[in-house]
Amino acid sequence: MQPAIAVRALEKTYTEGTAGVPALRGVDLDVHPGELVMLMGPSGSGKTTLLSIMGCILSPTSGSVQIAGNEVGNLNEKQLPAIRLEHIGFVFQGFNLFPTLTAGENVELMLDLKGLRGEKAKNRSLELLGQVGLAEKYATFPSDLSGGQKQRVAIARALAGDPQIVLADEPTAALDSQTGRTVMEMMAHLAHERDRAVVIVTHDSRVLSFADRIVRIEDGRIAKQRPEPEVPPELLVQSAILPDGIQIA
Amino acid sequence: MPPLARRNLFHDKVRLTVTLTGIVFAVVLIVVELGLFVGFTTTTSGLVDHSGADLWVASKNVPYIEQGVAFSERRLNQVRTIPGVAEAEKYIAHWTQWKRPDGSEESVQIVGFDVDSPLGRPWNLVQGRVEDLNTPDAIILDELYKEKLGVTRVGEVFEIRGHRARVVGFTRGIRSFTTSPYVFTSFKNAQDFVGLREDQTYFLLVKLTPGADVEKVRRAIGDQVKDIEVLTSHEFSRMTQVYWMFTTGAGVAVLLAALLGLIVGFVVVAQTIYATTMDHLREFGTLKAMGAANSYVYKVIIQQAAMSAVIGYVLGMAVSSFVVRASQHGGAAILMPWQMAVGMFFLTLTMCIGAALVSINKVTRLDPAIVFKG
Repeated sequence: MQPAIAVRALEKTYTEGTAGVPALRGVDLDVHPGELVMLMGPSGSGKTTLLSIMGCILSPTSGSVQIAGNEVGNLNEKQLPAIRLEHIGFVFQGFNLFPTLTAGENVELMLDLKGLRGEKAKNRSLELLGQVGLAEKYATFPSDLSGGQKQRVAIARALAGDPQIVLADEPTAALDSQTGRTVMEMMAHLAHERDRAVVIVTHDSRVLSFADRIVRIEDGRIAKQRPEPEVPPELLVQSAILPDGIQIA
Repeated sequence: MPPLARRNLFHDKVRLTVTLTGIVFAVVLIVVELGLFVGFTTTTSGLVDHSGADLWVASKNVPYIEQGVAFSERRLNQVRTIPGVAEAEKYIAHWTQWKRPDGSEESVQIVGFDVDSPLGRPWNLVQGRVEDLNTPDAIILDELYKEKLGVTRVGEVFEIRGHRARVVGFTRGIRSFTTSPYVFTSFKNAQDFVGLREDQTYFLLVKLTPGADVEKVRRAIGDQVKDIEVLTSHEFSRMTQVYWMFTTGAGVAVLLAALLGLIVGFVVVAQTIYATTMDHLREFGTLKAMGAANSYVYKVIIQQAAMSAVIGYVLGMAVSSFVVRASQHGGAAILMPWQMAVGMFFLTLTMCIGAALVSINKVTRLDPAIVFKG
């Protein structure tokens, strides 16, 4: 099966003054449709940089990035938005909802970008909010929603673009454990029932049981991966060790 | 598109108030300065524009109406014989001294015309009749200058260059660009008031027969009457305006003030629109991360600026209209012709959208990775 995301020999170096600060050093990773992958690692290890490159938000310094089989690593900033719009949905730690738009309008904004407007967009927005259990909150502004509800609206918005790939940055960090669990169940449902490739950056050990694969990144490299990929990339680091006490379901 | 621009604009009432205040300030400043310019310009050539004449005959090289040079009135008969001339009359516009009741003197401009002719008459009469000027020593002046000249009512008698002058009527809104008010009187009285010889005049006003070719008649007068210059009313009006507004520098000062208003307004509006954009930078980053092209984000910012422009324009014009109306009772006329009102709309729109472009530049460089920064 063709991976939804395939990165090879990925390098990213940030420039600080005259010095180069390496953030990723030769990362290889495949994420397949129907798979929920969690990226873990200490702060500054490069996991958010990896997520940004897989989300076509950052360009790599070198290496290959393929989204749905298409090489995107060499595209420029004018070409990347179309790739993001076509293939990728984002869920953010801080929800990133538009505070001046209602929950429904936040979802409709994504639909508008995809070219769906008017009554059709409203109906689709209601349908998507219904899928996350918030149809009755269509006209509610984000400030009147709880953290969990905001994240569910953000998931509905991410789904509005009908993306093959959903990338989430710490989606449960701002939520209590019960709400975080609900959000993770939705993410797992997206991967397993709707065949999306889901990649989540997290520090939250409470949600690791939802992962199909856990990739630990340290110093810009994949340090450990569990379980090991069935068909590992040539350069993949294959030793797999989970943090103490963590069991994979 | 969901109403992101409108909601962003109205979400922060304080920011909206600051933005609109900036735009209103700019609109009022520009309207007042440009209105003053138009008012001054119109005032300088008021006598020419309201004369009813098609052609003005003057001594050679007269630069503007107040600078007439006397010539023999015998030329009047020569002009009247030229084909195409329906009517020609003598006319005086000249400075002299007015003595107030307290003995102090004020400079005034005497305007002398043939009372039985439609040419060169005062306009906007609110008290008295032009025909009343047929009586010896009768004068009409504008009610704006009552206080300056010490006049309170019709019937009062004053002294102009040693000659008796009796007020028989008032006009409204006939301003002089200089500090010397116009005093309308018969041609005969005017000769006495300015000390002009009985056989002399400063100008001849010419009305053409319907359908006559202005250029042809002008050439004919120029060919047949010696030592004079023939100008169309439009030309003479422009010459007078250009002299007062640009040769003296008065108009340049007013135009510079209007330009300053535009710059200050632009800076205020740019600053507030920029600040508004910065407030929503993370949202624009989210939009870009979601896959919105830069043009989509620009549309939101420009819509916001355009809405600010329309609201600011409406409020600004309301305030300006009040100022313009109030100025009608003051010494300086602020005029706002409809062309200026329409032009101001597009200027406001351009100013706001131009200001938005400053912040668009910032959004263009915005790294969508901002969305991952806590």
